[in-house]
Amino acid sequence: MEQTTETFTANARRAMANETLQVELARLSQGFPQRRQQAADRMPEFEALRDQARDIKNHVLANLDLYLEAYEAKVIAMGGQVHWARNAEEARAHILKICKSVDAKTVTKSKSMIGEEIAINDYLEKNGIAPIETDLGEYIIQLRNEPPSHIIAPAIHVSKAQVEADFRRVHTDLPIDRNLDDPTSLLQEARGQLRDKFLQADVGLTGANMLVAETGSNVLVTNEGNADLTYALPRVHIVIASLEKIVPTLEDATTILRVLARSATGQDMSVYTSFCTGPKRPGDPDGPEQYHVVLLDNGRTELLGSEFEEVLRCIRCSACMNHCPVYKAIGGHAYGWVYPGPIGAVLTPALMGIDGAADLPHASTLCGKCESVCPVRIPLPKLLRSWRTRHFEMQPARSPGHLALAAWAWIARKPALYHKVNGLIIAMLGAFGRKKGRLKWLPLAAGWTSKRDFPAPMGDTFIQQYHHGARGDASGQWLRRQQP
Amino acid sequence: MAEHPGSAGSRTPVNHPSAAPDVGLFVTCLVDLMRPAIGFATVKLLQDAGCQVSVPAAQTCCGQPAYNSGDRKNTRAIAQQVIATFEAFEYVVVPSGSCGGMISHHYPSLFAADDPWKQRAEALADKTFELTVFLADIIKSSHIKAVYKSTATYHDSCSGLRELEIKDQPRDLMSAVVGLEVIEGEQAEVCCGFGGLFCVKYPDISESMLDQKIADIVATGAQLVTGGDLGCLMNIAGRLSRRGVATEVRHVAEVLVGMTDLPAIGAPEQVEN
Repeated sequence: MEQTTETFTANARRAMANETLQVELARLSQGFPQRRQQAADRMPEFEALRDQARDIKNHVLANLDLYLEAYEAKVIAMGGQVHWARNAEEARAHILKICKSVDAKTVTKSKSMIGEEIAINDYLEKNGIAPIETDLGEYIIQLRNEPPSHIIAPAIHVSKAQVEADFRRVHTDLPIDRNLDDPTSLLQEARGQLRDKFLQADVGLTGANMLVAETGSNVLVTNEGNADLTYALPRVHIVIASLEKIVPTLEDATTILRVLARSATGQDMSVYTSFCTGPKRPGDPDGPEQYHVVLLDNGRTELLGSEFEEVLRCIRCSACMNHCPVYKAIGGHAYGWVYPGPIGAVLTPALMGIDGAADLPHASTLCGKCESVCPVRIPLPKLLRSWRTRHFEMQPARSPGHLALAAWAWIARKPALYHKVNGLIIAMLGAFGRKKGRLKWLPLAAGWTSKRDFPAPMGDTFIQQYHHGARGDASGQWLRRQQP
Repeated sequence: MAEHPGSAGSRTPVNHPSAAPDVGLFVTCLVDLMRPAIGFATVKLLQDAGCQVSVPAAQTCCGQPAYNSGDRKNTRAIAQQVIATFEAFEYVVVPSGSCGGMISHHYPSLFAADDPWKQRAEALADKTFELTVFLADIIKSSHIKAVYKSTATYHDSCSGLRELEIKDQPRDLMSAVVGLEVIEGEQAEVCCGFGGLFCVKYPDISESMLDQKIADIVATGAQLVTGGDLGCLMNIAGRLSRRGVATEVRHVAEVLVGMTDLPAIGAPEQVEN
């Protein structure tokens, strides 16, 4: 997917001017948080489960090499194959090679963020293979030729009316009087279109919510059942997953499942939860003939042992963006790459470099709501701040940011001078603004005054008044009246 | 909130304040410069609660602008100044959740384990409290005697709410104010879009967040918005004023002492009678 993190501010401005998007974002940030809260309230042990989920992921990250080897051995023992990919290019090459080996013409695909990360759809198309998205949201944005704007609700930026228009544009056999104005009829229409494609596909490509070392299985979670038709019907099943998706045991997988859907949609469990283990065995009535796992690193092992390691705990539930007031304002596309919201603001600089993505960790008030809902307790504000530090330390010492902070810090460490200088500035601002109570414009503060008035200071600073006696302004009068 | 043990409930000196606790007031740079009345209200609240209050003149800022910009070197230098200035007090009280959180939550993380400053930072962290937490949880005596005839809604500032778990303390204290009715906003816990330098670096995004906040405030019908952080309150007051909404804005310390004869934040000067 094309990276547009460098134009973050312009992306955001465009998103805030998009009225359709704003309506959908308002709906999303009401619904998901409410349902998550209700799900958590129904479960007294929810907070303890979050601790357990965090501990499982920490344990895996501390022993990732061992679990990856154990997982690979188990996949092979179950008749599958594992393909290691250091980067997106290698992952794409593995997938293309497998597709070509069975002369694939079409590939059905269930939702995968790693698929977005390696831009597999474009690559397959360029090589003459048609990728077909089978998740309703992904199907919609594929028709619109757009990237996802949310991890679990990829088409959240599209209104129902837009979907109807897209269907009528692309499904040319649709009768004009066919009713398409509610979600169910839209779903039925997409299902009707997809049914034959499921049956015709040569390869089914899925992601993985988890990879289980104990059994060599991949776990898939959906609400539409499309993943099951994607992996069960074609001759070949390819799983594409990043390597931190490993969990040790089925027991661990179920612990994480208990927090995943609750954090994501507020469901106790998603409608379909599937465990796929190897290809069809002799005597099995159905299933793929080949089972492949493409394991992608793409920079993740470099995060191990670094201050950013904790981001690898992420289970892609989307709770952080569902609760983020910045995401609510600007939506997912503004973040400029695959992963939006707070998790994207930490992960994108880690995978793509901080240079072109410096706005992401800065465009946050560090309000902490994301951390408070993260099912694996990733300290997102701390990690955002770590990126700011990393970025600050990369700037030359004479950059305007460095100089301004250095000047401010210099005077902040000379209290007597600080109070003298600020006292003069404040007296001046107070004289200008006190009568009206506000200043509509301030030099060097356009960022503030373009949107808000500047409440005028009272005129004397607290430290000056406290130590040298009030000078007779309003607060001083108040002080004198209060004292005996 | 992982790195520092101790939400308000678990700190050591908590349960046994001395007869006249020796309190150092860290007034915060915004209160010092923009609205000294909050400082005076805080002094009064602490004195009414039986504290011996000192205001060191060597205080400036807690270092958040540097910290949140990624400038660790200057943050540490400023933190050292604050630690040295305040470590002798029995308690340090701060009329701000974000500056209080900076000292009690983030200072210890600024220094390496073998740095002697680490211990000093932790010691200061353990005895530093946001104003309403100090009054409600540490001093615990009911000494609010104010009258404030109004309806108010309380904005939970983010650092206070999520780093220091400030929620009930200001509400409990306000319930003792005669004539004051508190109306909860549905979105009281949602960020107002201030975020320190965020609001000037990303004014458009901040505006969008701020307008949501203002819609929620207006929906309560309250005459007054109050809260524990002047940064957020200036942000809210500035936007209310720009949009011509008449809702008043005051820091919770002003409300708790019944300070009604001062113009509200961003409001014009009243004519003296």
